[in-house]
Parts: sequence; C-alpha cells; structure tokens
Amino acid sequence: MESLIEFSDFTFKYRSQTEPTLYDINLKINRGEKILIIGPSGSGKSTLAHCINGLVPFSYSGETKGDLKIKGKDHKKLGIFDISKVVGTVLQDSDGQFVALTVAEDIAFALENDIVVQSEMRERVKKVAGQVEIEDFLSQSPTELSGGQKQRVSMAGVMIDDVEVLLFDEPLANLDPSTGKRAIALIDDLKKQEDKTVIIIEHRLEDALYKDVDRIILISEGRIVSDTAPAELLCSDMLIRNGIREPLYITALKHAGCVITEEDHPEHIETMDLSDHAHKVRDFYKTIGRKNDNISTETILEVKDLSFSYDNEKPVLKDINIAVRKGEMIAIVGKNGAGKSTLASLICGFNSPDKGSILLNGSDISPLSIKERGEKIGLVMQNPNHMMSKPMIFDETALGLRTRGVSEEEIKERVNKTLKICGLYPFRNWPVSALSYGQKKRVTIASILVMDPEIIILDEPTAGQDYRHYTEIMEFLKGLHEESGITIIMITHDMHLMLEYTDRAIVLADGRVLMDAAPSRVLTDEEIAERAYLKKTSLYDLALKCDMKDPSDFVEKFIYFERSERARGDLYG
Amino acid sequence: MKNRFGIREVVAAGIGTALFVALTEIQIPLGFVPNTALQPRVALLGFMAAVFGPVVGGIVGFIGHALGDALFYGGVWWSWVIPEAVVGIVIGIFAKKFAIKEGDFNKKAIITFNVVQVIAHAAAWIVVAPVLDILIYAEPADKVFVQGFFAFLGNIIITGILGSLLCYGYSMIGARSNSLKKED
Amino acid sequence: MADHSRLLSYEKKDSPIHRLSGFTKLVFFLSWSVTSMLTYDTIVLIIMIVLSTVMYAVSRTKWSQVATVFKFILLFLSINILAIFFFSPYQGCDIYGQKTVICHLFGSYYLTVEQLFYEFNIILKYFTFVPAVFIFLVTTDPSELAASLNRIGVSYNICYSLALALRYIPDVQDNFRNIKNSGQARGIEMSKKASLINRIKETTGIIFPLVFSSMDRIETISNAMELRGFGKHKKRTWYSERKLLKEDILMICASLLFCVCAIIYTYHDGSRFYNDVFAPYFMAPR
Repeated sequence: MESLIEFSDFTFKYRSQTEPTLYDINLKINRGEKILIIGPSGSGKSTLAHCINGLVPFSYSGETKGDLKIKGKDHKKLGIFDISKVVGTVLQDSDGQFVALTVAEDIAFALENDIVVQSEMRERVKKVAGQVEIEDFLSQSPTELSGGQKQRVSMAGVMIDDVEVLLFDEPLANLDPSTGKRAIALIDDLKKQEDKTVIIIEHRLEDALYKDVDRIILISEGRIVSDTAPAELLCSDMLIRNGIREPLYITALKHAGCVITEEDHPEHIETMDLSDHAHKVRDFYKTIGRKNDNISTETILEVKDLSFSYDNEKPVLKDINIAVRKGEMIAIVGKNGAGKSTLASLICGFNSPDKGSILLNGSDISPLSIKERGEKIGLVMQNPNHMMSKPMIFDETALGLRTRGVSEEEIKERVNKTLKICGLYPFRNWPVSALSYGQKKRVTIASILVMDPEIIILDEPTAGQDYRHYTEIMEFLKGLHEESGITIIMITHDMHLMLEYTDRAIVLADGRVLMDAAPSRVLTDEEIAERAYLKKTSLYDLALKCDMKDPSDFVEKFIYFERSERARGDLYG
Repeated sequence: MKNRFGIREVVAAGIGTALFVALTEIQIPLGFVPNTALQPRVALLGFMAAVFGPVVGGIVGFIGHALGDALFYGGVWWSWVIPEAVVGIVIGIFAKKFAIKEGDFNKKAIITFNVVQVIAHAAAWIVVAPVLDILIYAEPADKVFVQGFFAFLGNIIITGILGSLLCYGYSMIGARSNSLKKED
Repeated sequence: MADHSRLLSYEKKDSPIHRLSGFTKLVFFLSWSVTSMLTYDTIVLIIMIVLSTVMYAVSRTKWSQVATVFKFILLFLSINILAIFFFSPYQGCDIYGQKTVICHLFGSYYLTVEQLFYEFNIILKYFTFVPAVFIFLVTTDPSELAASLNRIGVSYNICYSLALALRYIPDVQDNFRNIKNSGQARGIEMSKKASLINRIKETTGIIFPLVFSSMDRIETISNAMELRGFGKHKKRTWYSERKLLKEDILMICASLLFCVCAIIYTYHDGSRFYNDVFAPYFMAPR
C-alpha cells in the first residue's frame, strides 16, 4: 500500500519551549485508511496535526529531528501551499474557519486564491456543496447557520481542492450529540464515496467510533503509546490509564466482571457479541441499587407560561413552565438553537419575556434589574475569557463585590473564603493569564460564588474539555453542590454530563419543554431523543441486549453505582 | 516581521476593524462639555497599531472610521477618516519600541507610547482634520481648530488611560509566569 | 442571536440600482464623494441633490431603512450649522467679499445675507452626499465590496481585511452583548455619576474581555486562511465579482463624466463658490 504520510523517529520542539512536544514519532498512514488519533489535552495531538497539515514548521517554527514525508517528499521541501493541496484541514473552530461572507464564497475561497475563473468556481462549488448536502444554503451568511452546517461548509471548503487526506481537528467539540453523530456518518460516506484518506483527532472516543475506523493512535505526553485496531484497544486498559474515557457500555461490562476480547467485536454495542456476558451483566444489575436522595420540596425558582421572541414573529420560547427545587442540580438540554441560552438570558434579565413570569422564592423578579438579579442568580458563561476583565485573580473574584460597594475588609474575607472553596487560594496573587482553561473556569465560578447567589446557572460548563478537565470541573461542581447545597442549573448538550451529574433533566425542543424527568429516563426514550437531537445512551442498548425488563432502571442504577465508585476514588484516583 | 503585511496582519486588520466598528456603540460622555463623548474605539486603534504596526493601524483607522460612521451615522466624513488613519500609522511606526507581544510593555514603553500617541493625535486632529475641513467644507478656521482641539483632548485622554491599559493587559497575557509561586 | 444593531444594512431587492455591479456603485460613490467635496457651486450642488434623490427613489429604498440615521444626520447638521455661525458669523462675507446685513441679533452678531447663503450651501453639500451613502450601503451586496475595491486597484490583502471585518462584525457584536450582560450581572455598568476616570475604568470591564478574546481569534483565522492558500499568488479571483454589463459601463462613464464636468464648471471662474448671485442683484456693501 502506498503511504501518504510517514513519520520516522520524528521529534519536534516549538521555538518558544524548552522541551519537545513530540518525541520519536513513528507513524505511517496509507492511502485510503481511516485513522482516529486520540489523547488528552496537552498530549501533543494537535501538534501532530499541525505537522501533517504544514502549520509546523511553516507557521509555527521550531526544531525537528527525524523525517516526515508527505507523498514521499520531505515536508520541509514542500511549502505549506503544496501540503494544503494534499491535506485538507477542518478546524475545530468552525466560526474561525468561515472566513467569507456567504457559504458559496467560503467554499470557493481556496479556488479564489488559486486564480480559478468564476465559471469554473461556480460549477465546482455546486458539486462539492451537493456532496456535503448544503447546496440549499449557498447564499446564507454564517450567522444564519447552525454549528453542524458551518462544519459542512468547512468540509466543502477543503474538499473543493480535491485533497487526498481529510484531517478533522476535534469535529465533535461544538456539536450537539445527534449532529455529531451525523457528522461522523458523513465523514464515513465521504471516505467511501470519494475515496479519501481520513484522519480524525478527537477525545470523545465513543462518539467518534460511531462508524468504523481502521486504526486508533493513542498519544500521551508527546509519544505514541498505542497504534492498534479499535477492538484491541478497547479490550486493554490503555484508555483509562491515559485519561481517555471508554465507551460507557465497555465501562459497565468491565464493572460487571466481564473480560472483553477482540472476538466479541466491542467496537459498537449494536454489533457486539454479548452471549458470554449477558448473564454477568444481569447478575451485576441485581447487586446495584439506588438510595433516594432527599431533596427539599421547597421551590426556589419557578418559570410560568413564559414566551419570548427576538423579532415578534418567530417564537424562541413558548409557554415554558419549569419549577426548580432548592438544592437541586439539574440540566437543561436540547439541540443548539432550542432556546436553552435564551431561557437563561430571560432568567438573568438580559431580555424581557413577551409573556409569563419568573418567580424566585415565590416572588416575581420582573421589577429587578440585571444587577439586582445578579446577586441572587449567578450566570457562568461558556467562554471564561468572556468574563475575565481584571488581570489578577483576586481582583477578578472581588469585582462583583467591589461594584456593590462592599467594604475592602469584608471583600478580602469573602474572596479568600471563596478562593479556598475553589482551590484557588494558593494562586490568589497570580495573573489570570497564567492559569489553564479549567482553572480559569474555576475563577469565573468563584467570581460568581463570592456574591453568595442562591442559584448558579452554568452555560456549557465543559464544552471543548477533554475527559480529565471535564472530570475536574464536574467533580468540583458536585463537591460544591454537596457542601453548600446551592442550586445548580446547567445548560448543556453533553449527555454524559447530564446522565452522571444531574438529578433531573429538562428537555427543550423548538422552544417548548418536551420532557422533564430523570436523566436516565430521558436518555432511554427513543422518541424524545430523536426529537430533541439527543443521543440515547449505549447503556440502554446494553440493557436491551441483555434482555432486561426495565432498561431505564438499569441505566439509573448503574450511573448511581458509578458515581459512588468515583466518590470513593476507586476509578480515577 | 512587523513591516511585512502577511496573513496575520491581514487578519489583524480585519478583526481590528470589526472591533473598531462594534465599539462605535460605546461612548463615554464627558459630562462637562455637552454633546461630546470619549470614544473607546480610538483607544482600540492605538492598541492595534502599537501591537501590529503602521499598516494594520492605518487600515483599522481608515476602514474602521469610514465603515463605522457609514453604518451607524450614514455618512463618511473623509476629513475625519484620514486623520484617524494618520493616528494608526504614526503610533504603528513605533510598534517595535513597545514590544507588547514580547511582554515587555514596561514603564519606559508606557511613557514612549503616550508621547507618541499625543504627537499622533496632535498631528491628526489639530493639523490634518482642521485643514481638510477648511479645504473641503470651507468651514471657519477658528471653529474647526477648536473642534479639532477638543477631539485631540478627548482622544489623548481615552488613549492615555484605556489604550495604555489595553497594551499593558495584553503584554501581561503574553508574559510567561516562571516567577510565580503558590502561596499558602 | 439575531437583531444586530447596525443601523444601515444591505437589503436584497430588485431595482435598476441593485442590478448594477458593486464596482459600478463604488465608482459612482467615490466620484460623487470627490465632486461633493470639491464643489461649492450652488448650481452644481442643486443638480447633485436632484440626481441623487431620483436615484434614491429608483433604488426603492424604504424610508424606514434609513429614517433613524437620517434623523441623526439632521441633528448633527443643525449643531454644526449653529456652531459655524457662533464661531464665525461673517465667514460668508469673507467668502463672497461683501456684507449685506439683514438685522442685528445680539452683541456683535449680525445676520447677513452672505452668511445665510454660505450656510445654505453647507446644508446643500450635506444633502448631496447623504443619499449617495444611503444608496451605496443599502443596495451594495457586501460580498461584492472587496472584489470591487480590488478592481479599482487596491491590494487584495487590504480588500480581504475589509471582507473579514464585514464577516466578523456580527460575531463581535454578539460577543459584545454577551460580555456586557454578564458584566452587568456582576455590577459593571457605565454610571453617569462616577468620575471620568472611573467611568473609563468601568468600560474596561467590557472592552478587555472583548478585545482579548478577539485577539485569540486572529491566530485561528490566519491558520484557516493559510491552510487554504491565501496569499499564494500576486492576484486572486473573486467568486462574487459581477461581470460588467452595458448598464454598468454607461453608469461608470456617466459618473466620471459628471464628476469632470462639475469640477470644470465649478472652477471655471477661478473660485469654487457660486458668486454670480451677489454682484448684480444685491446692493453694494454699506
């Protein structure tokens, strides 16, 4: 087989760093292969991608040792433009990759730069837009598109050059689960129909494995630690050891004491052979139970008949009724654009409802200003960089108190107390910029928490985070919730988060409440999952395949079991 | 590298212009002179020019002012667009001295930045803008010089405070934090 | 979300003006700007107002599309007109070389015919230009702007900066709104009571996150563009560039011809001002 990309004993160090980011990489990617590259944040997988598409060394300079050949030629002898004719890259940030004013122009961007004449451009744009099914959106601007559509535009924009390799950098990061699933399916179709070589970089293994891949490359601390077929990797303990989350059904099977082998075909739950395992899972089910949490019956926040539209024509929310009890940790879920963030903006007072009311502790909050509501209901935005306005951590945390004229003495006491809760006290005199993304997130939570709100709303608290950071952020929130009893509302499209960390999920679709139930019920209801663009959990399929009568109950109990395991520190300590 | 107009500079000019236009919405009323306001977008221009150099500064000033005024106020007053570009270019010429990206925006650089910005704004609003107003609109000299002087005053205040803070803040982000120690 | 507070924006319609290419409209807009800046000749100004009003009507622009901005311009104009009078009540007399007093106002301020005429011309000058800006912004597809600028000889790098600005203005505005909201919830607001320095400091609460998060974007966008070959050649083509039709050529020629004629006519007597009114019909200075 012809190798398109070949690393041999390749080491790379960025100019500004003292240690190499990649060590002794030996990797051969053949024409027509489909490869998944996984690894936690900071493992070097993005740098590996930069080497493949030419950003290293042409845009990010540094020292290289060893060889990297692209189509048999030394990568340094090729320019970044030559490499881009072979490798097309679809970036994680689809808004950043969308550089033109309309879909058609963005797809044509590479052709424009190649001085292709207009008539030929139009023809090729039309053809490639058809391949990714966006031909009806050619004259739309990016603000009119969903995340999934923007990603398709990015795909079309690199495929138009007739590249041989399609490189996807975290294609699932910004998509809701069902859209992500369709993206993976589309990538698979493209590979088959257009005969492309595909490289996907992801850390969401279960979702990325929705369609078969030939090999999985696992990277950790700059080295390739595993390069095998998916089945072999799933049977090993390499994933857990390297901070990658296993598919849930695999975790469940392992807990049930099953020894998974490659012969079981563990890549997909649908096609996995469970004949040796089903009885063990059923036995395991009998041993796990669930305590009832005693949540207070006192309602803290009530939304009544709420309707809202931005333009007085198309309603974004319609007749929403929600009651949140004191001390609950709940999730508001639904696909992108279902109205989740709008609901939060109404609760915080950024917009006023057309109809209906919002009650906090029984009294209507409509007369309260944004600032006054901010003292009772804190909102943590998705992007921590959008909230950081002071250079130092202490000042950033103190900001909300200072603007409210609290005495400096009291500020110091409250800020220090909050920073201790958030594990940031040792860093209090650091600049915000020295922190990691996860730590910044904690600073934003601290800056809300310090005002002692009754409710915290978090918008996509874990978006774009790998499993380690995801766990770090969520365990922190869980601990906070348990200790202080604060009410937490999370807006998310992360199904794992909802399943593992919340007591209740409110599903929004097309501006209405579709379901209000335990997460395990939501994710086992096929019809709801379909309508709300959620993805049913593989635990449900596992339960079905093991002939259980009440699959939802199994899901619920297993999640509870896993939570308590984690609390004991057995799993990830 | 700063004098080259490569992709990064094209993008910086584009994003800088977008920010400049969006910031047209924010005005800080001076209070003591009616109908005048400080324009934070001018501080942004100073910051962009100081980080990315004269070409980016000139483009952000020129396109930003023309586009911002056209989109929000329905007019393009070339006699005030051109001075805005002058500010961006003059501050940008000294970009290397500020070394903002390298994290070296120290006291000396802050002083240089402010000396340069005062000169740039003086050239733009006390010389170029009034002269153009006289040439194009035949407006009375004393009126346009007084007007220019107030623009100069407002712009050096906002650039001096907000512009310096932006440069300083951005240089802090770039700075590495080797010397940081955890405290108990 | 939706609702980008941009006061003037392109609206897709079918009108003779919309059918013209962006390049044609850019040439018209620029030559019109030049003429309106250079001339002070009342006849030329009046002709320009008539022509641009006709074009405005042909473009089928609705009043509601421009009303807010128009009111703002009126306000701005009135302030300016009064300021000119206040600063220099005899500027008109200097220009036209005579002084015809109508009445005494207050102090040393006398109302003169020449001053009124001069300020009338300033008003005219504004109104030659305003419809042109409206027509240009409301009927030109932003996608065509960069290509058109490139066609008149501006480097494509600069043209693409403009395209990127137009592309990212709505994104920046969205971020701005989000940041402002979350800042307000934490108590950051621009109060009028605070001292000037504090007011500036308070805006940093919004401007810092907005600017610095946008700076992060520059790298991503540069990479995205470089990976798709931006800057590879000395030229580039534009997907949305329109071919010039017969109407375009006609319009371009007409615009340039008008510009040249207007300037020649204005300066034929050595002055850009319209002097003819005064000499024969008005009394000699007292």
